[in-house]
Amino acid sequence: MSWTVIQQIIPVFVQAFWLTLKLSFYGIIGAIIVGMIASFLRYFKVPVLRQISAVYTEVSRNTPLLIQLFFIYYAFPEIGIKISASAAGISGLIFLGGSYMAEAIYGGLNGVAKIQVESGLAIGLSRGQLARYVVFPQGLTLSIPAIAANVIFLIKETSIFTVIAIPELTNTALDQIGLYYHTDESLFVLVIAYAIILIPLSIVLTWLERRTRRGAFGN
Amino acid sequence: MAHSGINVLFAGQNFSRLLGGLWISAKISIVALVIGILLGVLLGALRTVKNPLLRTILRLYLEFFRIVPTVVLLFLFYYILPKNFNVNLNAQAVAMLVFALWVAAEMSDIVRGALISVPQHQKEAGLAIGLNGPQLYRYVLLPQAVGLMIPATINLMTRVIKTTSLLLLISVMDVVNIGQQIIEANRQQYPDGAFWIYGLIFILYFLLCYPLSAWARRLEQRQNNNA
Repeated sequence: MSWTVIQQIIPVFVQAFWLTLKLSFYGIIGAIIVGMIASFLRYFKVPVLRQISAVYTEVSRNTPLLIQLFFIYYAFPEIGIKISASAAGISGLIFLGGSYMAEAIYGGLNGVAKIQVESGLAIGLSRGQLARYVVFPQGLTLSIPAIAANVIFLIKETSIFTVIAIPELTNTALDQIGLYYHTDESLFVLVIAYAIILIPLSIVLTWLERRTRRGAFGN
Repeated sequence: MAHSGINVLFAGQNFSRLLGGLWISAKISIVALVIGILLGVLLGALRTVKNPLLRTILRLYLEFFRIVPTVVLLFLFYYILPKNFNVNLNAQAVAMLVFALWVAAEMSDIVRGALISVPQHQKEAGLAIGLNGPQLYRYVLLPQAVGLMIPATINLMTRVIKTTSLLLLISVMDVVNIGQQIIEANRQQYPDGAFWIYGLIFILYFLLCYPLSAWARRLEQRQNNNA
């Protein structure tokens, strides 16, 4: 391993680093939105839409991201839907992440103590008010650790974007290995880059878990 | 364009080749799961032992495998073992090794979590009737922890199966790799082959994973109802 090579390749990796963060950011925001919609449909037992969201959750959770990406990027054009690699990557991440976020959020909503819901009904709140003032504030707080765990999971999944040739971190490392044989250096920088993103997040996650456990409501 | 795309699945030996590829993925998953789960139970039990050094090492092992994405783990072992340690394994063996170590790491956390949630009085009762350390784990703690570990372990299995889709990146002839070959070879005759081949692979993975995750969920619900 040579430090000169590492210095040489760092600029390319910095670019890839920001790209990875950018794609993760859009993917995660999208996944949280999809997850919220899917979990609300399930929690409020909206007919028909609830079943559709259940089917979506099962399909998305039980298939690998790589195949989802291949399908979006290589199979969709054959039926007339063409999108760029980055758009395919972000869509794939949203498709996969949406169901994980839905489970996390639903778990939180479902974890709100029954007594809270009953008390709300007893003081005459409407369903909408119950959701707005009782269920969401508590449920969403409860689901934060699971959402954070999914954020880490989804950022790691962006490494699979390499298969549709998005120049994120893993793809950049493979390029460096394939073109210049900078094998050790590239893999070293790659692991460090993921560590820079994920170690702080995993520390935050541990802290959040501890806080939400202490911040239980009403008991 | 006289051919309907779906025929690409059944032309020649395509279908049996795809299933052959799926079998390679299944074989790697099974070997990795068996080795990984056994090793993981051992490591998980060790993580409940009060030895700070051992605990730190095992914790670092877990965190390393948690933080580095699986694709990257595959590349690390695939490139670094032969180059720097002169260990030449074929791609399938590398995959089994990486997956087994990864499963062991995840499993150790599942086992630790289950062991520390066995009520304290069980442990004390065991000690009171004179069991030594290994006996305590063998007869008291592990049997009670197994039930708690099963749903998480099944979910880990589905994760391993899904992750086998990455094997094509280290040129294992898995179902995805064979699918790509078929698409390329039939590009002229079946221009929309990708749709059908990737569609089939998508369904195959779903058929493997869905029953497992449904089973895990049922077990979890039953445990929650009993609690």
